[in-house]
Amino acid sequence: MAAPLTSRRARRERLIHVKLPPFQALLEEHRVDVYRYCVATAGRSEADDCFQETWIAALRAYPKLRRATNLRAWLLRIAHNKAMDLHRSRGRRPVPVESVPERAGASPGLEDLVEEEPELWEAVRGLPPKQRTAVFCRTVLGMPYEELARLLESSHDAARRNVFEGLRTLREEGWNP
Amino acid sequence: MIDNPTPNGTADLSEGGDAALEAALRSSATALPDAAPPELDRLLAERAAAEELLDVAYATVDSPLGPLVVAATPRGLVRVAYTEPHTGVLEELSRKVSPRVLEAPARLDAVRRELDEYFEGRRVGFDLPLDWALTHGFTSRVLQATARIAFGSTSTYAEVASRAGSPRAVRAAGNALGANPLPVVVPCHRVLRTGGALGGYTGGLERKEYLLRLEGVLI
Repeated sequence: MAAPLTSRRARRERLIHVKLPPFQALLEEHRVDVYRYCVATAGRSEADDCFQETWIAALRAYPKLRRATNLRAWLLRIAHNKAMDLHRSRGRRPVPVESVPERAGASPGLEDLVEEEPELWEAVRGLPPKQRTAVFCRTVLGMPYEELARLLESSHDAARRNVFEGLRTLREEGWNP
Repeated sequence: MIDNPTPNGTADLSEGGDAALEAALRSSATALPDAAPPELDRLLAERAAAEELLDVAYATVDSPLGPLVVAATPRGLVRVAYTEPHTGVLEELSRKVSPRVLEAPARLDAVRRELDEYFEGRRVGFDLPLDWALTHGFTSRVLQATARIAFGSTSTYAEVASRAGSPRAVRAAGNALGANPLPVVVPCHRVLRTGGALGGYTGGLERKEYLLRLEGVLI
């Protein structure tokens, strides 16, 4: 397909159009992170729906993107919104704090926490939406605050605060190694 | 700005204990799935097609000439390439057709079936709708003239140039054939040099010879 690359028309098109990678490349690069995000924040039973709703919404919006940078934050922003929609539409309440208070007395050790992963993530799911997204992105993905701020559409400081508040709530609920 | 995602990076905000909690969250993340269930891809492609968001569906098809990437838009087959995905062919589709490119093998079942039949010698023409989106102007005219050359017969660069309306643009006709986005299906392999020499072929001359032998032109 050499010919069109050298044509004036193709050169003009390259200038006015953002060079977006094929959507499949995006899916392959980020599908695991998006799926883990969905499991962690929407729960296993809602994860498949969250995953599909996220990618369909992304596919719908994709050609209108102005730049092909920060695509992970863009995708997780969509997943964040879809996880909230799912919570709302199923009438789910956040996991009540009462379900874990006994931990405050006897703090589990680190090994216990690792073994009891589902409960720890259940506690994360009980956090306010921005905090649970912040805690996931920061601890699981090691996401820089710049990127997290973009994802949360907040300031750098607010992004840090969401991580801090989320971790503090978890600690207050007894998740304190 | 570089952010350190290690527990040290949040030390200024924590009052102690957060580093260990973060470590626990990180460790417990290993219990999160490390892959999404594969059937989700199929469901996603189906849903994308149903909502008219699947602008370019592609699949890889095995052939005696090696793997072929085949891609279709809702209008028809838009690309056949002697290659595997991830060699630039998907980027080209993203740039020139639409970035909504998804692997969706089920959308290419008819293409796969007709190609199989052709390579097995059970089919002499393709009944697939074609999308000419990757061709323009003279190239398009040359390729549409080429599409009318019947199985088992041949033409020449001069003839297709002439049928495309520019009898003297023989070299340009050669370039147009070299840029054929639909090899095999638009049979540019049936165009030879005046005098019978094979000429060129984007997929390599061995492939052109294979196809001409398959069609009984070469023995």
